Amino acid sequence: MADRKQKKIRGRTPMPHQDPQVRAGNFEEVALGYSREQALIEAERCLQCKKPLCQEGCPVNIDIRWFIACLVDDDLEGAFNAIRRTNSLPAVCGRVCPQETQCEGRCILGKKHEPVAIGRLERYVADTYAARSACEEVTDLAACALEREDVRVACIGSGPSSLTVAGYLAGRGIKVDVFEALHEPGGVLIYGIPEFRLPKSVVARELDGLRQLGVTFHTNWVGGKTITVQDLLEQGYGAIFIGVGAGLPRFLGVPGENLVGVFSANEYLTRVNLGRAYAFPNYDTPAYRARRVAVIGAGNVAMDAARTALRMGAKEVSIVYRRSEDEMPARREEIEHAVEEGIRIRCLCGPLAFHGDNQGRLKAMTVQKMELGQPDESGRCSPVCLEGQTEQISCDMAIIAVGTRPNPILLEATPDLKLNKWGYVEADPETGETSMPNVFAGGDIVTGAATVISAMGAGRRAAREIAERLL
Amino acid sequence: MGYTILKKEELIPGQTTMMVIDAPQIAKKAKPGNFVMLRVSEHGERIPLTIADCDKEKGTISIVYLVVGKTTAEMNTLREGGRFADVCGPLGRPTHIEKSGTVVCVGGGTGIAAMHHIAKGHVEAGNRVIAIIGARSKNLLLFCSELSSFCPEVRIATDDGSEGHKGFVTEVLQDILETEDEVAEVVAIGPVPMMEAVCRVTLPFNVKTTVSLNSIMVDGIGMCGACRCTVGGKTLFACVDGPEFDGHKVDFAELKARLWQFKEQEEESMELFSKECQCHGR
Repeated sequence: MADRKQKKIRGRTPMPHQDPQVRAGNFEEVALGYSREQALIEAERCLQCKKPLCQEGCPVNIDIRWFIACLVDDDLEGAFNAIRRTNSLPAVCGRVCPQETQCEGRCILGKKHEPVAIGRLERYVADTYAARSACEEVTDLAACALEREDVRVACIGSGPSSLTVAGYLAGRGIKVDVFEALHEPGGVLIYGIPEFRLPKSVVARELDGLRQLGVTFHTNWVGGKTITVQDLLEQGYGAIFIGVGAGLPRFLGVPGENLVGVFSANEYLTRVNLGRAYAFPNYDTPAYRARRVAVIGAGNVAMDAARTALRMGAKEVSIVYRRSEDEMPARREEIEHAVEEGIRIRCLCGPLAFHGDNQGRLKAMTVQKMELGQPDESGRCSPVCLEGQTEQISCDMAIIAVGTRPNPILLEATPDLKLNKWGYVEADPETGETSMPNVFAGGDIVTGAATVISAMGAGRRAAREIAERLL
Repeated sequence: MGYTILKKEELIPGQTTMMVIDAPQIAKKAKPGNFVMLRVSEHGERIPLTIADCDKEKGTISIVYLVVGKTTAEMNTLREGGRFADVCGPLGRPTHIEKSGTVVCVGGGTGIAAMHHIAKGHVEAGNRVIAIIGARSKNLLLFCSELSSFCPEVRIATDDGSEGHKGFVTEVLQDILETEDEVAEVVAIGPVPMMEAVCRVTLPFNVKTTVSLNSIMVDGIGMCGACRCTVGGKTLFACVDGPEFDGHKVDFAELKARLWQFKEQEEESMELFSKECQCHGR
């Protein structure tokens, strides 16, 4: 492999995409994925560093150098196994991870050139290998026989952190029951991330893989209501993992926020994704119809909401953000995709009030113009109001995507669970264990809203600890 | 397989129906004031419905619904032995019930079903319960005998005077508040205008008044904020902070506007469903 370093360094292999004008009118996946040829060309760019920094940058510590080396040798199975050893949802991660701040952000090639497209390669491996069932991958059998039927673990919530716990433990022969409050498992992967970024079929495939490993999903079970942590302990589960996600949406607290036409991003995305409102009236869940949409916030959720509104038929969609484009928390790629699709970005302004018509329906919004001041504790320049400078923006729908606060349902039903000063669950950063012995927690309910992969990292740490204790 | 309909009874033909559903895990935990989120079929919408009753031994819950749109119309096509795609619960904060003296429970329309469950809870807690139920006419009164079976004082109001007081439940309530020495609490469940009117009556008497808000919900577990309402100037979520609130603090005008949000789509859905029903009928 040494001679590869001598080669002239090529640029990143571009990802084929659906044409922006076409895709703005459909819910099909935007990024189409590499072909075999493209994947091999990209894989060959990897320098096979002695000290692979990319792996350090990965929250679940994928042996990236090894999987790429396998790919270069056209050993797809080896590549897949290398990824799956530490990541139970590779097809999801290859699509939604913020690679630029993780693996790719650490890639040595990125210092002078463009980093290796690790995420795209991960997606290629996962998608291409998906034809084989999860069990065959691990055991060469069509279905896995659980070695330890007597050792049972319960996961509350079925988002990325719980799925990681389930995958890791089931792979070691532990019986895992996952309790999900909604009618479909997958958590944010199902209700939050739109199809055009993460098709439901991809999530379904990963879930099927887990089922084949012996994981059981119980839908319509609300942790803290239908079943409590105490109930699960009494039922003899050896460990419980709490991965109930981010929680209640935050609102801005400005006048007119409860007008008809003002939605939280969670509501809008849940209607469209989980309720499949894009297929209304074939599906019964409706979504509000609007022409001019303003999305408040600039994270990934805001981008998803804006691009969804566009696909739902809005004529004009703007992102309204109080800082500048440089501070936007969304992934670069998502912002670029949104802009390509025609979404307008209005920086340095924040909503002051929403105005309605005489029927209580939103028709406009007043925004306060801002400028950037000194960096605040987040390290980003803080927005400062420009006294007296306001603007009225006409809009018939506003989507608030400014984050969440902890959902009280499970927490109130579990008084022994110690919370931190922000109201999230306190968990040991190494093991994920909470103040209750053998009760673990991870993902957004511990950290507040974060990324899929960081939730998976927490799941992996907890699972390792659980396995060590129970096996 | 859960969520099977064990019993279906038309309380008011063509309008209001009661179903007893097999849902042991929900029945085990259900308390008065709780609700469920339910989906009729794979293509269905999630809708909230109050748990009208539960039998912990048999593992069943009862729901009562009025046919108002596509989902409830589709529910009406299900028969005994059929099943729902999903029933999730029990959700919401249970009614706060403590021994407090005299409690007046006011119910209107299908709200009487939910009210009866709460009245039962208050009776069990040792309170003296006066129930007031109202409808347009005698034959539209729900849960009359169920209520009477445990509640010695049931007052009736009908618009046409076919039974009990001729007029509104609020008039009966006014009368009780004027004559009773001490009423600890008034609980009102029913159509929004009725709950609003009850609050107007009780305000001058300074009686604690609890209403149950039937906001639009999507997940019902505090995730989406669709059910938010203004109570005492603060934005609260009916699904996790409620569904019961201090009626004197609720912004009813906002609640009414928000309940109409999806009117156009609801009509479209209903129209399509009616057409499909006719097709299948042929």
